[in-house]
Amino acid sequence: MTPTLQVFLIVSAALFSIGLLAALSRRHAIFILIGIEMMLAAANLNFIAFWRFNPPPKQPIGVMIALFAIAIAAAEAAVGLALVIAVYRHYRTTNVDQLDQLKG
Amino acid sequence: MSWVVDYLWMIPAVPLAASLVILSLSNARRKNAAALAVIGQVVALALSVLAFAATLQVPGLRAVRNFTWFTFGEQTLRLGFVLDPLAAAMLAMITLVGLCIFVFSIGYMAEDKNFTRFFAYLSFFSGAMLGLVIANSLLLLFVFWELVGLASYLLIGFWIEKPSAAAAAKKAFITTRIGDMGFFLGVLWLYGRSGTLLFYDGGNGCLENGGLAMLGASATFIALLIFCGAAGKSGQFPLHVWLPDAMEGPTPVSALIHAATMVAAGVFLVARVYPLFSSGAINGVTSSLTVVVWIGVTTALMAALIAIAQEDIKRILAYSTVSQLGLMMVSLGVGGVAAGIMHLLAHGFFKALLFLGAGSVIHGCHGEQDIRKMGGLRGIMPVTFVTYAIGMMALSGVPLFFSGGWTKEEILHATAHWPRSHAPYYLMLAGVVLTALYMTRQIIYVFFGNRRAAAERAHESPRVMSMPLIVLALCAIFFSVVLTPAWPWLHAYLTGEPVRFEIARLLQPMLFISLAVVGAGIGVGIWIYRKAGVPDRDRPAGIDPLEYAQPGLFRFLAKKMWIDEFYDRSIIAFSWICARFSDWMDRYFWDGLVRGFGAIGQVFGTVTTSVDERGINAGVDETTAGTRGLGRLMSAAHSGQIQTYLGAIAIGMLALLLLYAWLA
Repeated sequence: MTPTLQVFLIVSAALFSIGLLAALSRRHAIFILIGIEMMLAAANLNFIAFWRFNPPPKQPIGVMIALFAIAIAAAEAAVGLALVIAVYRHYRTTNVDQLDQLKG
Repeated sequence: MSWVVDYLWMIPAVPLAASLVILSLSNARRKNAAALAVIGQVVALALSVLAFAATLQVPGLRAVRNFTWFTFGEQTLRLGFVLDPLAAAMLAMITLVGLCIFVFSIGYMAEDKNFTRFFAYLSFFSGAMLGLVIANSLLLLFVFWELVGLASYLLIGFWIEKPSAAAAAKKAFITTRIGDMGFFLGVLWLYGRSGTLLFYDGGNGCLENGGLAMLGASATFIALLIFCGAAGKSGQFPLHVWLPDAMEGPTPVSALIHAATMVAAGVFLVARVYPLFSSGAINGVTSSLTVVVWIGVTTALMAALIAIAQEDIKRILAYSTVSQLGLMMVSLGVGGVAAGIMHLLAHGFFKALLFLGAGSVIHGCHGEQDIRKMGGLRGIMPVTFVTYAIGMMALSGVPLFFSGGWTKEEILHATAHWPRSHAPYYLMLAGVVLTALYMTRQIIYVFFGNRRAAAERAHESPRVMSMPLIVLALCAIFFSVVLTPAWPWLHAYLTGEPVRFEIARLLQPMLFISLAVVGAGIGVGIWIYRKAGVPDRDRPAGIDPLEYAQPGLFRFLAKKMWIDEFYDRSIIAFSWICARFSDWMDRYFWDGLVRGFGAIGQVFGTVTTSVDERGINAGVDETTAGTRGLGRLMSAAHSGQIQTYLGAIAIGMLALLLLYAWLA
């Protein structure tokens, strides 16, 4: 079976939904980060899939965008984890339900 | 039989799959975990034997299966698997030794609470190591190389609650990473020059004439960079420091990973990419090979010297491993590739045997590892004693009956004919004497003399532990059948030449030389240590005879020549200073800058405030009152729960999508 664009889009949509679900439902800040990473991965997959199935992909644009996105995601994860650690040191918890200091 | 090559990928895949399944098991299912791991290993062994049989049918067989991993623009990256005598011999050795160690671990780890995790890691290691051996691409090899590094890290730090184990795991990981950095640069350079990372590809691979022609003079530098990785993995000077510390892991791990297989991966790597090292050789000598020889000589001698003054039974064996790996590197460097690989295989068997024997001793002595506290175990642990003695004689290189003797002889033979210098040959002879000496010392301390503290309540190990010892001891002896110069079957198999039986070749001068040096080593050992465990004249029992005679020298060796301390004071201190400096820059310089800008803003703010308060304040008050009312209304929506916000965003996005779909 040759994979079609639809297959990739379905996989990426599934990945996105799983990531969103994780980000919305988990209470642990690190799991929320993981969920966000999964959504990013889904977006990357879309980039590559659209690039791959478009007329002759001479230049690896889609892959390059994905690579940049991965690099940025890595930086984001580093910042996010540092934030989680800082928050943990301050509040002694990473449960986002309890982190509501910004309440209006 | 060449259909085997199509299924070669299954050899690493089976243990890896077993490892995944075991990881998903609960901690209580110990029997299932052990059974799965052993079954995975048996399947891998069976497949390896099939692959081995395939290489027997066609002398010098080299079958490859390459496939495209991915295409990037117009570049394709291809990986592949290769089956040749080198890979097949390694496969057979790794799976056989691995199986023995898996079985031994069932007994050794019986009381550990993380039993299932242990077998998952062990299987994972086995799969990664087998994949490393059959990789036909430097990149694929590198991937598996890092995976075995990870397995090693996980297993050294298996008893993570012990701080020393955690530190040793970190040290091993970081030290090998230094070498791997060089390795990776070599990989990149090689790809840049030759455009392929496949070893063999119908004449176009990077180890074949097509690829080598494109490298030119850079082959030397690429080979040296790759050797950095090999030196890190195989514990060669100056990156050897992690290997003795790695003994913090459980003993079966030391046997499998840090003696028999993974640390030999560096030697294997050099043998695998040997054409890179030897390209452009004049009279069999290249500058990269010369570096390999001298690093090997330094490592072999230094480690053998340090081993003499160690007290921990496993640490002695660890330094002995470092020393033997140095010996193999020397052999590869002087051109004796087959001899080096033969020693690697033989060493795999008898060093695994010695480590398992040490494990059995430690198990029997209830976790005691200090050889000065043992003694007289000969009568209590007869099976362990006999098998250990066989391993000791094989390691010392006693000729005729023990595998290590023949391979050492062959290495000495190759070293003696190195055209550049004779120094490595004499230094290696000294190394052989030292090996026999420290092994004699160890065996006298552990098995002879009077029973000391830890030997009082010692017991022989259960059958599940002694059976692997017996199997490995038999391997250490009968393996020599295919090594003798009278019928050098293994040598011929590795080089792809026909083999002849000629009894006369048995008696060559090297046999007598090695008989003499090994005899000297053991003799001197017995003479020095004959009363090692008992008080003697004014020497107390806890003091080593050598320490009594030469306290300064002994201290120098016992402290491992202060290499760790040197690294602490130089490289680690340097990076610590760098870190402190960055910290200081961040804290005071950049922070000061930011604070400065903040102060400017503050001044500006004060000015504007006064203008504001006196000028426009009253008019705005009314507006703010209204805004506040509105804000109070809105603030209900701002719960502070980020997940509520995220959910709102998701719903908004969905609504936009629906709107878009409706409009379109």
